[in-house]
Amino acid sequence: MKKFTTLVSTCVPLNVEDVDTDQIIPARFLKATTREGFGENLFRDWRFTAEGAPRPDFVLNKPEHVGAKILVAGKNFGCGSSREHAAWAISDFGISVVVSSFFADIFKNNALNNGLLPVQVSPDFLRKMFSVIQADASAQLEVNLEDQTISIKGTGGKETFDINPYKKHCLINGFDDIDFLLSIRDEIKSFENSRTHA
Amino acid sequence: MSSKTLFDKIWDGHVVKKIDNGPQVLYIDRHYIHEVTSPQAFAGLEKRGIGVFRPQQTLATADHNVPTIDQHLPIKEALSRQQVEKLTENCSKFGVELFGLGHPNQGIVHVIGPELGYTLPGMTMVCGDSHTSTHGAFGSIAFGIGTSEVEQVMATQCILQTKPKTMKIEVNGTLGRGVTAKDVILYVISKISSSGGTGYFVEYAGSAIGSLSMESRMTICNMSIEMGARGGLIAPDEITFDYIRNRPFAPKGEALEAAIETWRQLRSDSDDAFDIIHRFDAQDIEPMITFGTNPGMGIGVNASIPSVQDLAPGSSPESYNKSLQYMGFHPGERLQGKPVNYVFLGSCTNARMEDLRLFAEAVKGKKKAPNVHALIVPGSKHVEKQAKEEGLDKILEDAGFSLREPGCSACLGMNEDKVPAGEYCVSTSNRNFEGRQGPGARTLLASPLTVAAVAITGKIADHRNVL
Repeated sequence: MKKFTTLVSTCVPLNVEDVDTDQIIPARFLKATTREGFGENLFRDWRFTAEGAPRPDFVLNKPEHVGAKILVAGKNFGCGSSREHAAWAISDFGISVVVSSFFADIFKNNALNNGLLPVQVSPDFLRKMFSVIQADASAQLEVNLEDQTISIKGTGGKETFDINPYKKHCLINGFDDIDFLLSIRDEIKSFENSRTHA
Repeated sequence: MSSKTLFDKIWDGHVVKKIDNGPQVLYIDRHYIHEVTSPQAFAGLEKRGIGVFRPQQTLATADHNVPTIDQHLPIKEALSRQQVEKLTENCSKFGVELFGLGHPNQGIVHVIGPELGYTLPGMTMVCGDSHTSTHGAFGSIAFGIGTSEVEQVMATQCILQTKPKTMKIEVNGTLGRGVTAKDVILYVISKISSSGGTGYFVEYAGSAIGSLSMESRMTICNMSIEMGARGGLIAPDEITFDYIRNRPFAPKGEALEAAIETWRQLRSDSDDAFDIIHRFDAQDIEPMITFGTNPGMGIGVNASIPSVQDLAPGSSPESYNKSLQYMGFHPGERLQGKPVNYVFLGSCTNARMEDLRLFAEAVKGKKKAPNVHALIVPGSKHVEKQAKEEGLDKILEDAGFSLREPGCSACLGMNEDKVPAGEYCVSTSNRNFEGRQGPGARTLLASPLTVAAVAITGKIADHRNVL
């Protein structure tokens, strides 16, 4: 997994609540057997018409947001399915941070397991971000994982965010959960034995 | 000693190790896999040069993108066929038991686990599918995971998880005539919202829940994820034990009786043990239907769509209006009488015998409305077989319907079973997200009885008045 420390970038504002995983990556695009290429179909039905033409009014298609690495979204982002493809699609598209005032549990885990940082902010700060980005699409956010802060460059708006210390350690070091679990396989076997003989 | 919930007891009994300031290493008793969320996990194992750690605790089926007619023929759609073939290849290579197409045990992963007796009380169970919460109906911890976590379980039979908080949802009293488990859970989600359970594991309790059959309890637990909860469970009782008796994978004879004695201890100590409790009265619950694009947007089938002023504080009117616009509805409007051309009876929520029986009984001797296109999809080969043995297929045929073959089908439309853009579908599945049943499709979630009423009348109706 790639390492994450700090990021300064412009943002894509998606001011919609309850963005579910079926919007992030519709089920019909889950048929691949590798992790790559899902970015092409990120927000497929919001981004493209049925005929495949880009919808000019959708934020990801607006020229001023092209290349942004931070997605700012309304509360309850990532609800619905457990499909990790949602996190893969967002990362594959080039987004490294998703900001919202509330994340669905499984999506949050999936994101963290793939080096995509979910940053949960207060509803007030989220509103402020939307208004700043709306006023000036070139506004930048700075996300500092070490300090656990997110700030709006230039305006001085800043908030700290929570992250599980273990997950933070994993992201900063590009560390993998499976490496850790494999390293304690003997403990797992002892656990199994203790149950068998209980 | 402080009191514990049933969830705490099962969870704590499965913790292999606690990481300081981090998640816990949770041991998994049963791992269910299917074709969609497993291939990348198997590829991960291959890359590391390791096998499945405990293949005998892993069970696979093909369900998400299998066709529901002519299952004996090769799958027509190339990508779907490849994904199912990949599962077959992986299971054979890694020594995992697979109930693939054509196998008498094949079906939707959350339908076959319980019916085979593979799902048992007190266990921890995971699957790369959010509706794994279904198995909680047996008094077990079951929840959906992502593919990286599928790989963790394959590699070590463990998963790194932060322990959720606990919520109790009590439904007391007697359910009204024609009010089903599906109505109960749609009602609860409409009260709690699609994010109200996030961060929690739910225990359902109360006399109305206790009176439900196992199949109804599965419907309830299945939709726990739709309020954001990781999962839901119900303390096991005699109804649970009776269901488990004589299931092929379940313990038998003395071993079963000994297990039941242990399972009887699976109880929450007291209400103090929960982080939060919600109580509902069964008498307040009507047959429900959703009108929006998340499962929390539900109303009684006779009610009007709430206006923007009625939204919970902090809700976004823009998101609400966007949702209604997608559905083609307006605040204050009534759904009753609206023409509907598609119905779907199926999914891991409502494709068990009880659901098929309810539907068949309701449409018996009547005729399907000519405008309605109906997809009636059993949850498993066993359900299909039993439905035929009970003559339900004949009842359905006489009424103008036909019984298909098992799979997830039009719940998420990964196979050919899709609802066309702009069409309404009253569905027993669990999600009404935009495009869930096909691009542009508009889904209204409801019980098998409401679906029967729509199928017969061709429009949204209260089944208590028309059947």
